Amino acid sequence: MARVVLKNLNKKFAETHAVKDVSLTIEDREFVVLVGPSGCGKTTTLRMIAGLEEATSGEIHIGDRRVNDLPPRDRDIAMVFQSYALYPHMTVYDNMAFGLKMRKFPRREIEGRVRDAAEILGIQDLLGRKPRQLSGGQRQRVAVGRAIVRHPRVFLFDEPLSNLDAKLRVQMRVELKRLHDRLQATAVYVTHDQVEAMTLGDRVVVMHDGRVQQVGEPLEVYGAPRNRFVAGFIGSPSMNFLETTVAESAGALYAEAPGIRLRVPAERSKRLSAYTGRPVTLGIRPEDLCSAAGDDSPGFSFEAVVEVVEPLGSEILLDVRAGNASLVARVSPATRVKPHEKIRLAFAPERIHFFDPETEEAIPLSI
Amino acid sequence: MRRSGPFRLAGAAVHRAVVLLFAAFAVFPFYWMVVTAFKQNSDLYVGAMNTAHNPFIFNQAPTLDHVKYLFTETPYPTWLFNTLSVGLIVVAVTLALAVPAGYSLARLSGRWGERLGIGVFLTYLVPSTLLFIPFSRLISILGLQNTTWALVLVYPTFTVPFCTWLLMGFFKSLPAEIEESAMVDGCSRLGATVRVILPLSVPGLLTAVIFSLTLVFQEFVYSLTFISSVEKMTVSVGVPVALIRGDVYYWGSLMAACLVTSVPLAVVYNLFLDRFIGGITGGAVKG
Ligand SMILES: Nc1ncnc2c1ncn2[C@@H]1O[C@H](COP(=O)(O)OP(=O)(O)OP(=O)(O)O)[C@@H](O)[C@H]1O
Ligand SMILES: [Mg+2]
Repeated sequence: MARVVLKNLNKKFAETHAVKDVSLTIEDREFVVLVGPSGCGKTTTLRMIAGLEEATSGEIHIGDRRVNDLPPRDRDIAMVFQSYALYPHMTVYDNMAFGLKMRKFPRREIEGRVRDAAEILGIQDLLGRKPRQLSGGQRQRVAVGRAIVRHPRVFLFDEPLSNLDAKLRVQMRVELKRLHDRLQATAVYVTHDQVEAMTLGDRVVVMHDGRVQQVGEPLEVYGAPRNRFVAGFIGSPSMNFLETTVAESAGALYAEAPGIRLRVPAERSKRLSAYTGRPVTLGIRPEDLCSAAGDDSPGFSFEAVVEVVEPLGSEILLDVRAGNASLVARVSPATRVKPHEKIRLAFAPERIHFFDPETEEAIPLSI
Repeated sequence: MRRSGPFRLAGAAVHRAVVLLFAAFAVFPFYWMVVTAFKQNSDLYVGAMNTAHNPFIFNQAPTLDHVKYLFTETPYPTWLFNTLSVGLIVVAVTLALAVPAGYSLARLSGRWGERLGIGVFLTYLVPSTLLFIPFSRLISILGLQNTTWALVLVYPTFTVPFCTWLLMGFFKSLPAEIEESAMVDGCSRLGATVRVILPLSVPGLLTAVIFSLTLVFQEFVYSLTFISSVEKMTVSVGVPVALIRGDVYYWGSLMAACLVTSVPLAVVYNLFLDRFIGGITGGAVKG
């Protein structure tokens, strides 16, 4: 049983308040990903869980123990560092065996565990080498191996894939996921890559500026972002934002921006009517825009001028200008458009988001 | 564009010539020591008018007379022993103080660490010609005049600051994540330092050892001030005292003494430092 519970965790450095009031419960065997832009306090949070950084205030529980005052070695955790931090003077075998030796495991047990881990990771042939004789991907595996031989209650990963090239990163991502299914241990994984976050996490914790913005399953965070930051951060290319004004006309609500007039879907009108005459931020993901023929979805489409066409093979990214707003649309590769042409874009009405421009909070569907 | 044949050759030749020049510059003192130490006196002391005499080579058969004289007629072996024993104790004291100090300055005290480090280094810059006066008072209060313990006490005042500073830089260059990893793996901070940081610091530690030894071997002012009996002297003071009598220089034996003292140091420098420095931390972090 290794639930990790953070209660009102804070960390202040000399000038920076790096982690602000973070409360989070990570269930036993759960794979939780902390994601956020550079400097948002992910690493600091992870290091506090590891005991490498002292919390300024707040509590950390692992299992049923409060671990604030325990040194790292007594927390029963294993950590994979961004730089891997292998011991350069030891062989791969000794690197992996080190933690077990420190804990006075019998030699045979150590040997068995190291061989097992090496097999899982496919590094049996490297056991006699020194870290400097390994490639980046191999070092990464050794670092993971060093963590798994210990059978810790909690795994901590700090951007373990960020030093790998794109292809290897995708491959290791899959392997890590498989490994987690196999090991059934609690894992906290830090990354600034939202694709990694979405694909690996049972749940995703989006952080910004030291605060937790939203916690949820990947699709939940993607589909119902709680505020403008989360909406813009999760998803690639990121969500389009339009500064609009809510207007009422003939019993329906419209979000208006220069050159664009979009009908607010009926189910959203209830909450938005309070904003009549006031600005709201409308959010729409590039993949929720498609090219519309003629005028087949009145109220839910608008005219735009294509500026840049980026064909990606499986899809086309269109940078378009509508009124004075720039938008990105992700359309089917069958779409035939050229720069400077006009295009009619329709959006899925149930997939638009509204944000209060002042608080930047999402305006929920209903009360 | 690649340079064409003749230009490349000329470049290589210039390169070789420069390297040779520096090599000659470095080797010449040793060569001169060897030649002088093993020359017969009649080969050594020749009138300045005798232009036919080539001073750079052995004109007569080499001799061991000067070396014999040095080891049998002067207390040179005793001085060597004094120097070595003072050196070893000073090295031990220096490492015992400078390793923890350098480590804490590198890791534990943030921005202040750097300032303190510079402060420590500045104390090293105070010249011994200034310090020997207050020190001699201290030494006499402690009753250590004319003992090698005076040197054991005084030498760390310049080896410790310098080595602390040197090791601080070295520890800083080792990624903190390596020892943090060891701490997660089951070590205390002390354990992580001993098991991971120190093995990686061998080049730094060796540099500190060699530096301290060299300073002890060549130190003159304190040794001259605090030691008066011939049999307690160190090499650096004993040799000139015994082998320069008035204006008579026993060049052969002087050079033999220098040779015996400096060659081991030179060998150690070249053998160990080249092998250890660099390379050893390779592979610790990313690719
Ligand atoms: N030891 C430290 N001393 C002072 N400030 C620090 C220290 N460590 C981190 N910070 C500050 O705390 C904030 C959060 O840092 P942290 O390393 O947790 O960010 P991160 O989310 O991991 O970013 P990245 O994605 O770049 O790794 C940053 O503003 C950073 O400058
Ligand atoms: Mg980080």
